[in-house]
Amino acid sequence: MLYRESGQFKTSYAADQQLFPILQDRAAVLALLAFALVGVPLVATDYWFTAILMPFLVFSLATLGLNILTGYAGQLSLGTAAFMAVGAVAAYNFQLRVPGIPILVSFMLGGLSAAAVGVLFGLPSLRIKGFYLAVATLAAQFFIPWLLVKVSWFSNHSASGVITAQPVVIAGFAFDTPVRKYLLVLVIVAVMALAAKNMVRSRVGRAWMAVRDMDVAASVIGIRIMQTKLIAFAVSSFYCGVAGALYAFAYLGSVEPDGFNLDLSFRILFMVIIGGVGSILGSFLGAAFITLLPILLEVILTDVTAMTGIALPPGFISMAQLVVFGALIIFFLIVEPHGLARLWQIGKEKLRLWPFPH
Amino acid sequence: MQTWKRTLIGLVAGLAAAASTLPASAQQAGTQFIGITGYRVGPYGANGAAFFGGFTDYLAMINERDGGVNGVKLSWEECETEYNNAKGVECYERLKTKSATGPTAIHPMSTGITYAILDKAVTDKIPLITLGYGRTDATDGRVFPWVFPILSNYWDAATGIVKFIGEKEGGAANLKGKKIVLLYHDSAYGKEPHPVLEAEAKKLGFELKMIPVPHPGNEQQSQWLQIRQYQPNWVILWGWGVMSATALQTAQKVGFPREKMVGNWWAGSEIDTVAAGPAATGYYAASLNLAGKGFPVVKDIEDKVYAKGKGGDAKLVGTVLWNRGMAAAMITVEAVRKAQEKYGKKPVSGEQVRWGIENLKLDAGRMKALGFNTMLPPLEVSCQDHGGSGQVRFQQWTGTEWKSASDWMRGDSVLVRKMIEESAAKYAAEKGIKPGCAS
Amino acid sequence: MNFFFEVLIGGLLAGVMYSLVALGFVLIYKASGVFNFAQGAMVFLAALTFVGLQEKFGLPLWGAFPLTLGVMVLLGIGIERVVLRPLVNQPQITLFMATIGLAFFLEGIAQIVWGTDVRRLDLGLQDEPIESIMTNFNLLVSKFDLAAAFVAGVLVAVLAVFFNKTRIGRALRAVADDHQAALAVGIPLKQIWAIVWSVAGFVALVAGLLWGARNGVQFALTFVALKALPVLILGGFESVLGAIVGGLIVGASEKLAEVYLPALMSEFLLKHYDISINLAGIEGWFAYMLALVFLLVRPEGLFGERHIDRV
Repeated sequence: MLYRESGQFKTSYAADQQLFPILQDRAAVLALLAFALVGVPLVATDYWFTAILMPFLVFSLATLGLNILTGYAGQLSLGTAAFMAVGAVAAYNFQLRVPGIPILVSFMLGGLSAAAVGVLFGLPSLRIKGFYLAVATLAAQFFIPWLLVKVSWFSNHSASGVITAQPVVIAGFAFDTPVRKYLLVLVIVAVMALAAKNMVRSRVGRAWMAVRDMDVAASVIGIRIMQTKLIAFAVSSFYCGVAGALYAFAYLGSVEPDGFNLDLSFRILFMVIIGGVGSILGSFLGAAFITLLPILLEVILTDVTAMTGIALPPGFISMAQLVVFGALIIFFLIVEPHGLARLWQIGKEKLRLWPFPH
Repeated sequence: MQTWKRTLIGLVAGLAAAASTLPASAQQAGTQFIGITGYRVGPYGANGAAFFGGFTDYLAMINERDGGVNGVKLSWEECETEYNNAKGVECYERLKTKSATGPTAIHPMSTGITYAILDKAVTDKIPLITLGYGRTDATDGRVFPWVFPILSNYWDAATGIVKFIGEKEGGAANLKGKKIVLLYHDSAYGKEPHPVLEAEAKKLGFELKMIPVPHPGNEQQSQWLQIRQYQPNWVILWGWGVMSATALQTAQKVGFPREKMVGNWWAGSEIDTVAAGPAATGYYAASLNLAGKGFPVVKDIEDKVYAKGKGGDAKLVGTVLWNRGMAAAMITVEAVRKAQEKYGKKPVSGEQVRWGIENLKLDAGRMKALGFNTMLPPLEVSCQDHGGSGQVRFQQWTGTEWKSASDWMRGDSVLVRKMIEESAAKYAAEKGIKPGCAS
Repeated sequence: MNFFFEVLIGGLLAGVMYSLVALGFVLIYKASGVFNFAQGAMVFLAALTFVGLQEKFGLPLWGAFPLTLGVMVLLGIGIERVVLRPLVNQPQITLFMATIGLAFFLEGIAQIVWGTDVRRLDLGLQDEPIESIMTNFNLLVSKFDLAAAFVAGVLVAVLAVFFNKTRIGRALRAVADDHQAALAVGIPLKQIWAIVWSVAGFVALVAGLLWGARNGVQFALTFVALKALPVLILGGFESVLGAIVGGLIVGASEKLAEVYLPALMSEFLLKHYDISINLAGIEGWFAYMLALVFLLVRPEGLFGERHIDRV
């Protein structure tokens, strides 16, 4: 009833080819964007901006990047955090060394640097597949942070190798409060997400999916495997690089290369899997789930123990959190291996029939 | 399967609903709330458990014994950071909203988290106390008014270790021509002592070789074979986590005497030596505080807290890191007490606590009155010097416990001060900060 | 030249320690196609349970060993029942993610039960140089490492007999070759998986004891899995022999590289580009790079099986 696309006739190719061909989808996306841009700043507190919304948006972007590579092009990577590190450090250095460069251009160049590195580490994918490739991308994961720490030029010779991001100023307007930073990140993420949505249905995106489903078959029908895979690596790393730059500039402020470790890569892979492999929406859902879950677990466990007055041994909550998190991940994978995006899809089908299911 | 799926949907919906209530309950009013960004899981969980165990035990003791600070009860909440920078930021943001007076002062216990919340703390007016870690140049309070590397910093440690080695060699003059290896954790933390040690090597004429150990450092065959070939007189161990124990074990493997190894204070706790077993016997480490239970304050905690079943893990009492956590809590509490002198006997805000720390003076008499005796050096913080002590003391592992092996001593404080001011000035220029003391 | 041999021998022996962990991965991958990231957590759990039992009940080595083994077997059966069985036929990456979840779970449980304290594990063997070799050849060979190599050799021999000579072993190999065909001839797949996970638990226990005796039993034991990954790529995910050979190659090349390469590279940079930089510490990634280069030549690893794709 609510979500019925019958009766929506398209009379031109343009109408048929738009990004969200169904009216309800268009309305929902617009409403969501409007809410995020106007509604959220009105109600959210600083805590929400800095501690939840900011990491959520930044990780969404990184997840999107990995999802393009893993979900659409079928190339498993465990080096996401390293590409983020490249983006962050590159953006910092462009900002530092090129006088008067606009910060958005720095972000772009940071992303492009990450893309270049991504292509380099994507080259082995032409020969290696599956888990062998995944473990091979670990080479990037260990090599890049090492290099960034080792060559002190990257951190402008700071004693500890930590980089402190420059203030974000665009056309004289300083993005210095949590709300402003949030809005900046939101706009960047929204634009890039829509671009990704468009890309995956384009010729490139279809080529990715063909390679993912069966590369031999794809090459038989005339898709250039090498080009397709490398483009996937480039685009994916670009997204991760921009995410890394935002991570440094808008979220943490100062970062150390060692912070972009394997754990972060795994966390982003979790977001892809939980959100839904090969789904743009899923990237956001997955990022929200993995960002919120540990925080909620801790808050709930702390509150429950405070309310009931049970004296737990110190550290119990922290460990219980780990146990519950692990168990929930397994539970989730067993019950819904296709991720949150699949749940959403089921929900949409239900809405189509509601309130008269048969 | 269908019911499971419903459970899952319910779970997701429940989480979404619960999320909208974040952050939950506020702390009860009228208490001095202390926010703790701690960690008790993960690779450094054992270190965190000891440090934050001592920290909370001391706070509990103050409430039990004195009824709080001048009648103002202490309350606290610990948030698990897992030693992860992003989680540290989340914890910091959560804790800062928990009470009208803020989280008093934050002890990040992680250099990475210190860096990540440094700017935020300035805007939020929350003091950071970094006891023996974090930014070394923050000792210059004119540039970093909100950061307090209380007691001593890494450069004090590095020069202190050189001085100690000099004494063992029979005077600093004898260091000339000696060979010293710095075996360090290949990270931001491990790179901290490089500039100051290089300066010392040039000044005193010893040969310095720096060998990095890649994270996590559970395999050091190649590093120690290089050391064996190089045949240094001394090895300085700048380790963290499993790296320290492995270094001691591998030193034994290649037959390097542990009596010629000096660690810094993050490589000098029971956690590092117990894991290495007999291989650790004879090893020296610089320390910020003495280990052991022989201090009145420890007895107070045992009587007032553990006897009532309110303590943490009794096994940790008196260990190096537990004592350090307790010292950190004491400094926080004394800063609150100092602030109360000026601003009245009620919960004090971060800004007031900052004043309290900056004017904190704990001489030997006061330390004794607090029950710490010689566990800590006398402390006098000022705007110029946010460290307040700069002294280190050496302990030696006997195979069962850490025994004091020196008096409180100061390294090359002139050199350290000069380098701190240079580094701080560079930071001030980068950030556009005008150095100066608040009145 | 002496130094070179010392590094080489030390590297080979360190490689054996990597192989021990890699073996656990191989067993599980062979039989169930799961890349078990929880192997590191299992190593940690096994070692922690072992010292925990010793500490709590004052058991001797030979008392704690079978008890811990019992725990690991129960764990293997439990994992098969609760995690793997519902995930049959899911893509590899889903299973991989589930094992990461499992790793969190095991790490948490282990520490809730036994605490976070760092403990010493005493196998009654000190990690010291062997005197006679030291005095006669001035070569450093560690007693402990040699013993560990011996244990690894015995372990591989036992596994080889188990795989080749026993009924269960033959069934395991059949499952490894083709799940469906194995099912068709009446091999109980579920039981086989439970057995394989139990055997992997046993291997984890042995690895945990040796690594724990070296570094102390602490959370960092879970990191040993990271060192096993390049070994796996080199040796191939499916070969027990590959795990051993891969371990030896990784151990030796990584140590030699760490000792000789950075100095050479730094010298080269200084001479030709006037850049002064200390490049030491390449050990963290060298093995991965080596594996990567190696894969470009032989994408299925040294002893892995070649797969042929058909459209």
